[in-house]
Amino acid sequence: MEAGDPMPAAGRTQIAVAGARAGTISVLGKPNHADRVRELIFLSLLVIAVSFALAGLGALLVWALIEGAPRLSVDLFTEGPSSLSPETAGYRTAILGTIYVIGGVILLIVPIGVGAAIYLEEYADPRRWWNRFIELNVQNLAGVPSIVYGILGLAFIVRGPLDLGFVAAAGSATLALLVLPTVILASREAIRAVPPSIRQGALALGATHWQTIQRQVLPTAIPGILTGVILAVARAIGEAAPLLLVGAVTFVTVDPTFFEGGFTTLPVQIFNYAARPQEVFQVLAAAGVIVMLVVLLAMNSFAVWLRNRYEKKLS
Amino acid sequence: MSARDVTASGPRAGSPRPRLEAVSPRYGEKLIFVLLALCALISVGTTTAIVISLIVPTIGFFGEVPFADFLFGSDWAPTFADATFGVLPIVVGTLTVTFWALLVAIPVGLLTAIYLAEYAPPRVRRTIKPVLEVLEGVPTVAIGLFALYFVRPLLADVFPFLDWGGPFAVGVAGIAVGLMIVPLVSSVSDDAMRSVPAGLREGAYALGASKMKVSARVVFPAAISGIVAAIVLATSRAIGETMVVLIAAGSTPTLTFPWEFTESIQTMTAFIGTTATGDIATGTITYDTIFAVGSLLFVMTLVMNMFAIRLVRRFREVYE
Repeated sequence: MEAGDPMPAAGRTQIAVAGARAGTISVLGKPNHADRVRELIFLSLLVIAVSFALAGLGALLVWALIEGAPRLSVDLFTEGPSSLSPETAGYRTAILGTIYVIGGVILLIVPIGVGAAIYLEEYADPRRWWNRFIELNVQNLAGVPSIVYGILGLAFIVRGPLDLGFVAAAGSATLALLVLPTVILASREAIRAVPPSIRQGALALGATHWQTIQRQVLPTAIPGILTGVILAVARAIGEAAPLLLVGAVTFVTVDPTFFEGGFTTLPVQIFNYAARPQEVFQVLAAAGVIVMLVVLLAMNSFAVWLRNRYEKKLS
Repeated sequence: MSARDVTASGPRAGSPRPRLEAVSPRYGEKLIFVLLALCALISVGTTTAIVISLIVPTIGFFGEVPFADFLFGSDWAPTFADATFGVLPIVVGTLTVTFWALLVAIPVGLLTAIYLAEYAPPRVRRTIKPVLEVLEGVPTVAIGLFALYFVRPLLADVFPFLDWGGPFAVGVAGIAVGLMIVPLVSSVSDDAMRSVPAGLREGAYALGASKMKVSARVVFPAAISGIVAAIVLATSRAIGETMVVLIAAGSTPTLTFPWEFTESIQTMTAFIGTTATGDIATGTITYDTIFAVGSLLFVMTLVMNMFAIRLVRRFREVYE
């Protein structure tokens, strides 16, 4: 177009748009029927994939409810295991064992996990190789198979240096090591999300480093840390493999204690019932699954709710 | 960021500078630092303890069984009177379960991630993500029972022409493990796809590309390192899974082909789980065998995890 041509702006825009469209079509081809069909097929594939995952979860929940419903009664919580009268057998000792083991896990992971997270976020200089090493180490531990923690528990906690024997305390220590990386990683995220201005404000007012962390950083990060702890505890409740190695045994007929005597937990007991051929134990196992799923779903939902609330507040 | 940085950069006036250092030596602060560092060191201690507890009996094991016999032998009967220690059958068992698991988890997980990252309206996304997290939190024992008592009969009805011998089938266990790792694949790849800058998408849209083309040819390749990391992490999780295979895959360490869907097999984890439940005596060859298999498992998953961590770090560095 020559300079000074009095062509109106709208006309020029039209030419530009038409030119761009022609250029695009020459590169990509005209959007046609086949393209639209392909688009539709792709979208339906995506929806099928999503529904597969959701249907899997749904089928699991419905199956457990239908299969285990006949045995949902008070007996399930008040009666111990029995192979003589499986019709009234329950999970009493297993539930008590779970409470002991998980109590120990919480006592161990909260101080150690949060302490490690504070060190890595607030004190550690990431340029130092040993701090980077600790970080990498935590990430790696998060991926170690749970049964390997069972081996560690067997060699180091049940026997070896700690020599606790096959007791609930050994189960606690093993599971605590297993879920510790989860707590550390989640707590770090939570601490990192606290705005630096809060720290700078506290330091400027003369607070020491620890006073800043204790009175400003930690209270702000608590919901995030709590979410991590809840998710870690939920994982510990459902974990069975490492406990098989540290002595969670089939039939515990007397109520367990923390440092003495055999123990079992809910998932281990479910596994043992499931391994029996009789139909009646199968139903009992499914009923146990319902109990476990109700507890875990409640914990998971609480953690998700907590995180959503917290995310809104900070941003 | 530390207290010292703040005090050191005060204004330099002509008058004598007031002392800005702490008046007291603050021993409490130092004690707290040491305590926190100890907490962090516990993780290093854990790794060290794992390595030591694995290595010592493993060395004892290889004192009695030649390394090549262990790694390349195809006969696994370590608890028999006439014991043989060829680990191949249980390694192949593990890989077979992993194969079926990935066959389910890769397409389902990746397509779910594409849907969540590119297509889903925010409200749908906010509903589906927590549901997937719930699936991730389902205990493996429950998934194992579900596989044995629901998935197996269902598949036996749908595919009656397969040879459904016993109650245990490697394919059923594999599919159940696959369902279990779908959330892992989808959440890590979803993260990777969402960290692809919007500019790349807008550029492609401006050139007239359709949504499918943007997802498949722009976002997917840009997020590939995160996607590979997701798959590697999922593989490592499938290799290490114990309860599902213990319940649904049987316990017969025979060398089978991966496509034999209905065979009963044993995995490395299932071997450790079944053998270590009895109160076996320390120092026996059976006891050492558990640790030798554990070492192999640990090394396999460690290599994969290291690789995945590097990949994740790379996509974080590129786009954030």
